[in-house]
Amino acid sequence: MTKITYNDAVGASRTVDAQDGSTVMETAIRNAIPGIEAECGGACACATCHVYVDDAWTEIVGKPSQMEEDMLDFAFEVRPTSRLSCQIKVASNLDGLIVTTPAKQG
Amino acid sequence: MTEKFETDVAIVGAGPAGLFLVFELGLLDIKCHLVDILSKPGGQCAELYPEKPIYDIPGFPEISAQGLVDNLIKQIQPFHPTFNMGEMVESVETLGTAGHPKFRIVTDAGTEIESKCIVVAAGGGSFMPKKPPIPNIEAYEGRSVFYAVRKVEQFRGRRVTIVGGGDSALDWVLNLHPVAERITLIHRRDAFRAAPHSVNAMRELVASGQMDFLLGQVSGLKGEDGRLSALTVRKETGDMVDIHTDDLLPFFGLTMKLGPIAGWGLDLHENLIPADTEKFETSTPGIFAIGDIITYPGKLKLILSGFHEGALAAQKIHRYVYPDKRLVFQYTTSSTSLQKKLGVG
Repeated sequence: MTKITYNDAVGASRTVDAQDGSTVMETAIRNAIPGIEAECGGACACATCHVYVDDAWTEIVGKPSQMEEDMLDFAFEVRPTSRLSCQIKVASNLDGLIVTTPAKQG
Repeated sequence: MTEKFETDVAIVGAGPAGLFLVFELGLLDIKCHLVDILSKPGGQCAELYPEKPIYDIPGFPEISAQGLVDNLIKQIQPFHPTFNMGEMVESVETLGTAGHPKFRIVTDAGTEIESKCIVVAAGGGSFMPKKPPIPNIEAYEGRSVFYAVRKVEQFRGRRVTIVGGGDSALDWVLNLHPVAERITLIHRRDAFRAAPHSVNAMRELVASGQMDFLLGQVSGLKGEDGRLSALTVRKETGDMVDIHTDDLLPFFGLTMKLGPIAGWGLDLHENLIPADTEKFETSTPGIFAIGDIITYPGKLKLILSGFHEGALAAQKIHRYVYPDKRLVFQYTTSSTSLQKKLGVG
């Protein structure tokens, strides 16, 4: 099982099991992780599942696609490590992934 | 000028649930008038993800969200519903009694619609502009911070800062440039989602020194009594810089909020409207609610659930609209009278 850790903006940390093939957003919703709204349900259409990928993981997780970059314009406090969690597919190489949710989703 | 309408049923929200309700009511000879804050019908399907395929519409192994909306509009054409798009219902007034309900709704554009019943099919609520989480921004809203432009003249001679990278931001850069004293555009990256000709026109203005473009994100506001004097911007380099400005126009797209529905006197549960599962009527007799905005034990936010809820609500609505008529259940496959209404008989 792949483990993902979600930190929130005030420092609380939750580690959950993620199913390979699902997304980091779906895993958050399934585990009632606060700070991820996913208003559009994973269609890369709302920017309310914004996360910051931990520095150590940015290379493995990779860069956002053009469509995701466009959608990140609707998010706030965007950083170079920003991703939309509905666009990060869970696989065994992400075991131990750490993401942080922003103080406010769009 | 305020427009006035009279109809059988006013439907608040023109998403899939509201559109299909027109069909179910149309079969029962009930006229509908739809109001939606968006400029075109289809709700989230048309606004958020028109090109996304949907896989759980019965009978369609795969259909795009816009394709579904187009089909629904075609399906309800025989019933000629009236649409008031781009308007938000602000208030609901009760004119009738519980046994003989009658209502008047008024939109933010002043349109008045009198109807025997109301169906709230507002999905996630009203699409409203996203507000950036800049500390204390509320204090400046309406005086120096605007999420939409109502009157261009208001910005004459002002230093205006526009934030965003889409068509709204670029269109207002170009439209306000002739009247404003100085336009500054702030965007987090040097790439834009807006139409290429708008982007080119903006870049020409920047190149000829007629406006400013800054890569960065607004992190703070300075001013007093609701009047801005400057913005603090975190530049792409990480440096902080103050930009003198009188007005700020942030364009970060839309989000869904319950909005004025909260003030219509309906019982609410966690921003959802509780409805019974037989008639989908709310706590106010004559006001119904269907689709994603309602809650009941076992509720699923599926488009197909919204269709089902509309079909059942229509049965009770018929009793309000035609209290003396007995409703005979009929199938479109075999009823010649239904087929005549659909124009296929």
